[in-house]
Amino acid sequence: MTTADLEQGFEATIAAGQRVEPRDWMPEAYRKTLIRQIAQHAHSEIIGMQPEGNWILRAPSLRRKAILLAKVQDEAGHGMYLYAAAETLGVDREELTEKLIESKQKYSSIFNYPALSYADIGVIGWLVDGAAICNQVPLCRCSYGPYARAMIRICKEESFHQRQGFELLLAMVNGTGAQREMVQESVNRWWWPSLMMFGPPDGDSPNTAQSMAWGIKRHTNDELRQRFVDMTVPQAAALGIALPDPALAWNEERQAHDYSEPDWDEFKAVIAGAGPANAQRIAHRRRAHESGAWVREAAQAYAGKQAAGAAPGSNEVAA
Amino acid sequence: MNGHHTGVEEHDATNAYQSLSQTTGHDDPRWAFGTGVEDVQAEITSPVPDGVDAEDLAAYCQMLGDDALIYSHRLCEWVSNAPELEEDVALANIALDLLGQARVLLARAGHAEGAGRDEEVLAYARTEAQFRNVGLAELGDELDFAHAIARLLVFSSWRLALLDRLLGSADPVIAAVAGKGVKELTYHRDYAARWTLRLGDGTDESHHRMQAALDTVWPYVEELFRSTDEEHRLVAAGVAADPAQTRAEFDAVLGEVLAKATLTRPDRQPIGTIAGRGGRQGLHTEKLGHVLAEMQSLARQHPGARW
Repeated sequence: MTTADLEQGFEATIAAGQRVEPRDWMPEAYRKTLIRQIAQHAHSEIIGMQPEGNWILRAPSLRRKAILLAKVQDEAGHGMYLYAAAETLGVDREELTEKLIESKQKYSSIFNYPALSYADIGVIGWLVDGAAICNQVPLCRCSYGPYARAMIRICKEESFHQRQGFELLLAMVNGTGAQREMVQESVNRWWWPSLMMFGPPDGDSPNTAQSMAWGIKRHTNDELRQRFVDMTVPQAAALGIALPDPALAWNEERQAHDYSEPDWDEFKAVIAGAGPANAQRIAHRRRAHESGAWVREAAQAYAGKQAAGAAPGSNEVAA
Repeated sequence: MNGHHTGVEEHDATNAYQSLSQTTGHDDPRWAFGTGVEDVQAEITSPVPDGVDAEDLAAYCQMLGDDALIYSHRLCEWVSNAPELEEDVALANIALDLLGQARVLLARAGHAEGAGRDEEVLAYARTEAQFRNVGLAELGDELDFAHAIARLLVFSSWRLALLDRLLGSADPVIAAVAGKGVKELTYHRDYAARWTLRLGDGTDESHHRMQAALDTVWPYVEELFRSTDEEHRLVAAGVAADPAQTRAEFDAVLGEVLAKATLTRPDRQPIGTIAGRGGRQGLHTEKLGHVLAEMQSLARQHPGARW
């Protein structure tokens, strides 16, 4: 088959809404785009453990501690499935981790914001996981099979995390005055960064068109952002919490909420590395990875000895 | 290439999101699913068995509960710091199991005590001298994976031997915790033993580090087998197991694992007591004060708040 035939087969698969599997031929640019996106997603899960991990040791009740610990553990699990999905495209986890700690691959910018109070644990669940769900649910229908399947599992767990976050906030707004203030202060800080999670406005998103054509992405950034705002408004009302945007209002004609643009300069600065916690996040991940090197080497050496020991004719058997 | 896309997952997840604001009671126990406490919740308020001193039972549940609570807390320090993602997941899993055991045991302690203290009050409002855990539980690993494995091998081998003897406890809560805990601790011990082999018989560096970690942990071993007065009385009542009786099993397990791992059983002086008092009597290492300062900080800033 010629490259043209292969390309035609690939295009037909995409057009029919069928899934591309690891052994299928795919254009190099499609493979690269997927690796970049899946790796970025995996890195986000792993870096995302840090802001929440910051509160595990100070969780204010044993029940909250168990919920938070289980959630952060799920994130490590999500990272594992996603790195495994990326590995089907011919890269390995070690290589991707190196790229993360060398800042050659990105992760979701939201994790470059600090978690400063326990209300942040609830707000991260409600808004950040909520925004992630809006972004990720369409990926369950992504054209690449292993990624789509990983996302189905991840989305189920994410929606559970989101409910737990909302439930924490509900308990806090029904608690003391100090707890209610903590929730409002936290929402004020996280609202804009959450809106930024959908990426730049459509007019400024160079990769969107190709990703949509390939069935990797199914909605534009602005469509997803609008969906998130529309879902969040009634929930904020249920909490009795104000969203910090005076322009936020229902537009009868559009049947959607109008809202203000986030500060895209801040967004660009955080992406470029100048967010409040970029340096800290990468340094933390680097330290964990590098100080674990001797452990990974030991495991490999031990496995090697076991394999040699099991092989007939080896020294151990002969002795 | 196979499989047609369906809209099912998208539809479901979107619904889950939209139904959030219809959520009512925030005390719904379903929210804590997967935390392992539900299974034995019903037993916590069962009466103190006949012939058992309630104060002794409360003290004993605190000992077993505090070991689990403080050990779990120290393990949580590993989250996002483990040498591999699989180890992050495994250590968090062990911490969750122990936290689940602690919650039930402390709730039972509060019930037996009858002074209206629940697990949260016991965890967050006691001071150092009121904790009854062994020293081994409160040691930090300082993010040294060999230390984590050495400490876990010792702790899990001991606690498994103990829980195994508590399966038939006359106290239904202790028996239930043991029933669930034996399965959990079997996994914890297996995990620690497998890593002890890898590190002990891996590279020269890992062998050296693993031996050094065992040496560091070893002084805290002897305390594990020291029985308290409460335990003596509760053994007679059929509620407790005498920790001294678990020593032979512990030595056999450690002997086998260390030999296979090409490691040497340390010969170290045990940490001493002060006038006969150790962790079980509320006399701790300097570490516990720091552990509690961090663990209790937020809860203490908001007295009376519910989370």
